[in-house]
Amino acid sequence: MAQPQVRKPVEGFFDNKKFLHPKFVANYGNWKCHDRPRPGVLHHVAHSGDEVWTVKCGTQRQMDHYTIRKLCDIVDQYAEGFMRFTIRSNCEIAVSSAAKVEPLIKALEDAGFPVGGTGNSVSMVAHTQGWLHCDIPGTDASGVVKSMMDHLIDEFKHERMPNRVKLSTSCCEINCGGQADIAVVVQYTKPPKINHDLVSAICERPTVVARCPVAAIRPTIVNGKPSLEVDERKCVCCGACYPPCPPMQINDPSSNKIAIWVGGKNSNARSKPTFHKLVAAGLPNNAPRWPEVNAAVGKILKAYQADGRAWERMSDWIDRIGWPAFFEKTGLPFTKYMIDDWRGGRVNLNASTHIRF
Amino acid sequence: MAKPLHPTPMLDELEKGPWPSFITGIKRLAKENDMAVDLLGQLEHSYETRMGYWKGGTLGVVGYGGGIIPRFSEIKNPDGSYKFPDAGEFHTLRVMPPAGMHYDTGTLRKLCDIWQKHGSGLIALHGQSGDIMFQGASSENVQKAFDEFNELGFDLGGAGPALRTSASCVGQARCEMSCFDEAKAHKLVINKFLDDLHRPALPYKFKFKFSGCPNDCTNAIQRSDFATIGTWRDNIRTDEAMAKKWVAKNGVTKLVNEVISMCPSRAIQLKDAGAVTQGDHISSVKVSDSQALEIDNKNCVRCMHCINVMTGGLQIGKDVGVTILIGGKSVLKIGATMGSVIVPFMPLKTEEDYEKYLDLAQRVMDFFAENALEHERTGEMIDRIGLANFLEGIEVDIDPNMINRPRMNPYTNMAGWDEEVAKAEGRKAAS
Repeated sequence: MAQPQVRKPVEGFFDNKKFLHPKFVANYGNWKCHDRPRPGVLHHVAHSGDEVWTVKCGTQRQMDHYTIRKLCDIVDQYAEGFMRFTIRSNCEIAVSSAAKVEPLIKALEDAGFPVGGTGNSVSMVAHTQGWLHCDIPGTDASGVVKSMMDHLIDEFKHERMPNRVKLSTSCCEINCGGQADIAVVVQYTKPPKINHDLVSAICERPTVVARCPVAAIRPTIVNGKPSLEVDERKCVCCGACYPPCPPMQINDPSSNKIAIWVGGKNSNARSKPTFHKLVAAGLPNNAPRWPEVNAAVGKILKAYQADGRAWERMSDWIDRIGWPAFFEKTGLPFTKYMIDDWRGGRVNLNASTHIRF
Repeated sequence: MAKPLHPTPMLDELEKGPWPSFITGIKRLAKENDMAVDLLGQLEHSYETRMGYWKGGTLGVVGYGGGIIPRFSEIKNPDGSYKFPDAGEFHTLRVMPPAGMHYDTGTLRKLCDIWQKHGSGLIALHGQSGDIMFQGASSENVQKAFDEFNELGFDLGGAGPALRTSASCVGQARCEMSCFDEAKAHKLVINKFLDDLHRPALPYKFKFKFSGCPNDCTNAIQRSDFATIGTWRDNIRTDEAMAKKWVAKNGVTKLVNEVISMCPSRAIQLKDAGAVTQGDHISSVKVSDSQALEIDNKNCVRCMHCINVMTGGLQIGKDVGVTILIGGKSVLKIGATMGSVIVPFMPLKTEEDYEKYLDLAQRVMDFFAENALEHERTGEMIDRIGLANFLEGIEVDIDPNMINRPRMNPYTNMAGWDEEVAKAEGRKAAS
């Protein structure tokens, strides 16, 4: 019997030049400067004198093919056939004449794509897969993000923050959504519940033991079967054991909470890059609209907007005013869980008399 | 026409409000695709019970060991059949987008056609590592969809303990801050390590990211094991007409408060136009007839702030290249770590420069493959063995640019001091 024909894949990564707007190809590596004629629009000038206007619009990231085709239709009709996406799922559409900008903006807005996300605005949220597609999620990032962006859309469309604001949302403590000025991250509050009948069949026990950051997991025998046990006094409820061993169920609808972290910054501009810090936890995982998360994010943004100086990112603002003032201005309670006791954590204590009264 | 929709009162709440709704999008798919109908059913069940119901598995395409994320529904009827059968298998294909995530509409439409035909029609642009995520294929259709993507010139991304899909910023295509050809470096790296991408055999994941300047738009320092970030060695360039235009528009107060005072190394001063210092490392530009900015480039840390604010008036230098930082990663297991400097500056212009760069990448990958423990990222390995040992392993000389400050404890055996001093003098003589 003839074997079915197997197609051999063509492996490799191609040159991106054929996907670039012709002006991008012509001026590759030869740009001079840019400005923002209005929120949502970038205007780049090349040393050759060429000019390109980029209109930036938000998307829902998880797009049906109709949405992508709609974008393509608009790009073909009102722009010049080329677009790109940012890491925050914004679509950037280039045109080579200023006259095309306003009609393009109108077409995008009429089709429901908000135009904005440039400069000192609140950009779209970088986020994870959640209940829609992840195998270990504690929440649904797409839903949290949709409800947040419904609240923040005016700040997306305007440039009236001190500096750019980048948000992220992550469905578990692994934080695949990444570091951000404000990050919304699931926080577990109970150790995993172990289904001892399944551990020996599904989990490679030494691997699971090795995953625990606090050495709280030990091999054991339960009902005559090899299993694992957790020292719950040591457990930090991080969920690291769950991916390699799904019978160690970390998710629990009654105890999964949401935490908020602020001041992450990856740019080297002004201060060195820094990770985000815990400022709120214990918020309910309140699907489908997460109002408590929205309220907390709103408070933080309002305080930053009112008090931050031009060009200060969230972390720069807090560096200037200090943490006591941050908690005072946002009204968020300061709790003992914000005092770092992880290894090396004492460097985060104030070993000085620098105190603002 | 697809089968009727399940009732989704909770998801319907996410159709309200002005931001584009992914639920409305999936409902559009559900008019003609039963997978989308059952996806909504399963997702509504998740919203009701606040739990996820997907489990992984093993699934791939011929010749590859990774790139497909298998998902099987865990919501079953009492007889073991899927409660939402048309979403019972809902696998993702990770596909590498063009560098910088640039597209033409024709290509995007073809990708849509393939996914409409073989999958659910749901596409994420893009996943957090930078893949196009084609979400929702049956086991049977995974190979068919991949074959068509591959015919179009696209290849799968990474998954598991493998080289992962890379990301590069908009780059030289449209950015005046770009200090190297990100797309070229991106392409060369992926193509050099294709085997590690497609056939997972590393201790754990390994990510490269490429940012054209220290603004680091791909978040390379925090999100990649090997961050390649553009920088320059010579002086900041100036354009008097544009600098004057900026000050005429914004005023001297803003110049002081938003440019000069925010320089992290206090390398910028406002001077009387006649009193500007002359020297090889000084950039200066008149901002009015009487005043000028003076930048001490020896003390500039290339943070980008002043260039971001006065775009055009101040510009990156011409002697461009890259800084390489190694060891960035997220939380698991020791807490998030950033990449730290391994190569302060490396030119990346000539083919010879690229060869040297790729050789370094090879040495780092080889050392990681041989020395990291299972499920240990590069940053954790460096934490465990110490930077000096890592540098010896990858044959890179030490450099004071690698540290924030020297050690503050005496707990190391310094018996080899004289030998190390000789090495330091050798390095000095060689440079």
